[in-house]
Amino acid sequence: MKTTHILPMPLSDRWLIGLACLVFVALALLPLVASALVVDKLTLLFILIMFAVMWNLLAGYAGLVSVGQQAFVGLGGYAMIRLVEAGLPPFPAIFMGAALTGLAAWVLSWFVLRMKVGEFAIATWVIAEAIRAVVSFDPLIQGETGTSLVALNAYAPEIRRLTVYLLALASMGVMIWGTWRLLHGRIGAQSQAIRDDEGAAASVGISTFQVKQRIYIIASVGCALAGALWLASAITFQPRTAFGVQWSVFMLFMVLVGGLGTFIGPILGALLFFALQEIFGDFGAWYLAGIGIVAIVFALYLPRGLVGLWLDRGCDEPLSMRKRLGLAPGQTPRA
Amino acid sequence: MLESLIQGILLGGYYAVLAAGLSLMFGVVRFINLAHGDMAVLGAMGALWLVQTMGFGVPAAIALTLPAMAALGWLMQRLIFERALAGGFLIPILTTIGLAAALQNGMFAVFGSDTKSLGAHIGALSWSSWQLPGNIFIGKLPVYMFVTAIVVLGVLHLLLTRTPFGRAVRATSTDAEAAALCGVDARRVHRWAAAIAVALAGLAGIFLALRAQVTPFSGPMMLIFAFEAVVIGGIGSLRGTLIGGIALGVAQTFGGMISPQFSILAGHCLFLGVLAFRLMRVAANDRGGWRSAIVAVFLHRDRLRRKA
Amino acid sequence: MSALKISDMVGRHGLLQAVKGLSLDIPEGETLAVIGANGAGKTTMMRMIAGLHPVAEGEIALAGTPITQMPAHARLKAGIAMSPEGRRLFEDMSVRENLMIAAENGRRGDWTLASVCDAFGQITPLLDRAAGGLSGGQRQAVAIGRALVANPSVLLLDEVSLGLSPAAVEGLYQSLEGLKGHLTMIVVEQDLTRAMAFADRIICLAEGIIELDGKPQDLTRQQITDAYFGIHKTPEGGHA
Repeated sequence: MKTTHILPMPLSDRWLIGLACLVFVALALLPLVASALVVDKLTLLFILIMFAVMWNLLAGYAGLVSVGQQAFVGLGGYAMIRLVEAGLPPFPAIFMGAALTGLAAWVLSWFVLRMKVGEFAIATWVIAEAIRAVVSFDPLIQGETGTSLVALNAYAPEIRRLTVYLLALASMGVMIWGTWRLLHGRIGAQSQAIRDDEGAAASVGISTFQVKQRIYIIASVGCALAGALWLASAITFQPRTAFGVQWSVFMLFMVLVGGLGTFIGPILGALLFFALQEIFGDFGAWYLAGIGIVAIVFALYLPRGLVGLWLDRGCDEPLSMRKRLGLAPGQTPRA
Repeated sequence: MLESLIQGILLGGYYAVLAAGLSLMFGVVRFINLAHGDMAVLGAMGALWLVQTMGFGVPAAIALTLPAMAALGWLMQRLIFERALAGGFLIPILTTIGLAAALQNGMFAVFGSDTKSLGAHIGALSWSSWQLPGNIFIGKLPVYMFVTAIVVLGVLHLLLTRTPFGRAVRATSTDAEAAALCGVDARRVHRWAAAIAVALAGLAGIFLALRAQVTPFSGPMMLIFAFEAVVIGGIGSLRGTLIGGIALGVAQTFGGMISPQFSILAGHCLFLGVLAFRLMRVAANDRGGWRSAIVAVFLHRDRLRRKA
Repeated sequence: MSALKISDMVGRHGLLQAVKGLSLDIPEGETLAVIGANGAGKTTMMRMIAGLHPVAEGEIALAGTPITQMPAHARLKAGIAMSPEGRRLFEDMSVRENLMIAAENGRRGDWTLASVCDAFGQITPLLDRAAGGLSGGQRQAVAIGRALVANPSVLLLDEVSLGLSPAAVEGLYQSLEGLKGHLTMIVVEQDLTRAMAFADRIICLAEGIIELDGKPQDLTRQQITDAYFGIHKTPEGGHA
């Protein structure tokens, strides 16, 4: 009889995690030396990474291809504005707002998770549009004009910038670490079983609805948090921007280019997207059209993204979520 | 009130044409084209370019645009969608979102962001109307568009039910393998279906340009309206699509009576309501129909909980 | 002249080899019955001949012309038609439309809607009914008619009698009897007695290879039973 055991994490992955921790500490200390511009740009990068990681969780691990995550990006910002209006200080309001958005996602999940793939994609988008329309009715938002988080002006610009930067860094860290823990735990194994074969997963007693619901809510809270942080750095809230479908398009682009359903893919994708934006962003519409074409090319010819390129060269996926089984010494694998 | 109802119904013709292409792609090719609305805008922009830059008349521009759109649809199916379809359920969604972004921003870069309309090129037609008894005014243009929509959908219906091509289309969409055994080349059918779908999108875009304005970023909203009409009417039947389009048009005009912003929201609400009703009906059927489902939920709740 | 020649054909489902190097030469006008247990590879073999399942290795030639890479719809025009397992009628369409599709896309020849109705009398009153509402025997008759109306030179009939009443099977085989000799037929038939009575030649598949090949009158019941269960293994049988 063959005995199998789960292999320990490969050495390269341990190095990678160590490196990531070092980078994290370095980023935390960076504002001591970096200029305001760099701090602002990095804040944006962190927000992009959060979006990518959350969308990957949703689409890559739960198979929920949403084109409506902007609903939660916008709701996170809107909840923050409402909470600040109600007298809460702006920074706690970011997190309170995200938690409230999670509640909205819980309610929506009963409805949207019963849909088929294609329906889900567009219905979530319609829901985002409907929420945007409702939010525009709020007199505080003043329709399409939008409003500003004037409460943030109570802080000195440097303090505000630094706080948003550190909060974004911390949130990003928590999301990456949390996703890692989540996917290595029960939900991770269940979601991978569902992804491989939904029917088989259900037949061994996995509640596919429950797993999807949890991931949906987590991803929604994540997007809301990132959305609120974005609002805290941008200050103005316009329904058309906050609930714009471009958020979902960006998320999709980053995850697709990096590698859907891999742990490290969305982070790579976000870095690449950020770099493209920095280099070609001045070209405006042509740049965005180019992004669309890159997305088509990746979808058709490199559907596994940059990580896929790495895998094609015969290398192991870095930080893979798949548990590897090893054989006891002296045993040979069966062909 | 009655005037709004008539306006809503007439608007529904436009939505039905817009939705028919999406429905055809979804029903036959099993493909949700998230760039459908942007294709419609492309058709409108093409016609506008022919009229405003090349100096064609509006009818000539329409006559040139529609075949060009059909050819574009055929090519897209051949070059992009076929490959995307082979990649599973995710890739088509990703591909067409990329295509949508490329089309929107490409058109923005080429044509600029100003709103454009064909209304200025059709003279009195854009504002003249008939007066019905009861002091009801009905625009001539909406009526002509509605009639065109009915004719187009009728011809499409005949094409699908009465011709060898239509039989091949329906056979492929029910069982592609069995259709292949009957000598039907699914890829060929899909290419022609895509050609028709994109031509329909182009026609809808021209309708929009005739009755209102288009911008390079009108596409996503058009896609949403098309999808709403398809879902409200039920996927896979042209009559359903027409009913769905009319229901959406009526909901929007009635919503617009309350406030202009409410118009689109009313359409969203109708769509979400219909979708919720369908999902509940499916859930109810799983529990043996409405009656037993309600009984189960209200009378035996504790038993259900124990089971869970 | 061989109507269909298969050489070393291999077919896979993922990693599993369902058909393992199968070679078969079927002369024109022969009626071949294929028997074998479930999972023996019968349906996969038929689907490979019809072009629905990719041929991983080996060759298929139709009247001397290689067709290994030809897609299914083109094979119909080349002269291979199949009534598939499960009949696979277009349920929402009328029987007439089901037949018309194959007639429109197949070859021209003696078989028309009218002559199919003559050969399978039970179809005539059903022409304008929806295919979804037919009984099992009627469905099978329509499925065979749909294959015939394309005027094939090789007719593939998968699982002819599966799930049908004895009376329906009897009626179908009476109609099929009239086709014998006019075209080449390959029939997958679970009913051994029926296969022995109907076919000119019988092959028995087990685990993707031909265990037994011969004329019904030359084969003993015992030989067939052994082959069916894969008990009898000749050294040159190549069974792994």
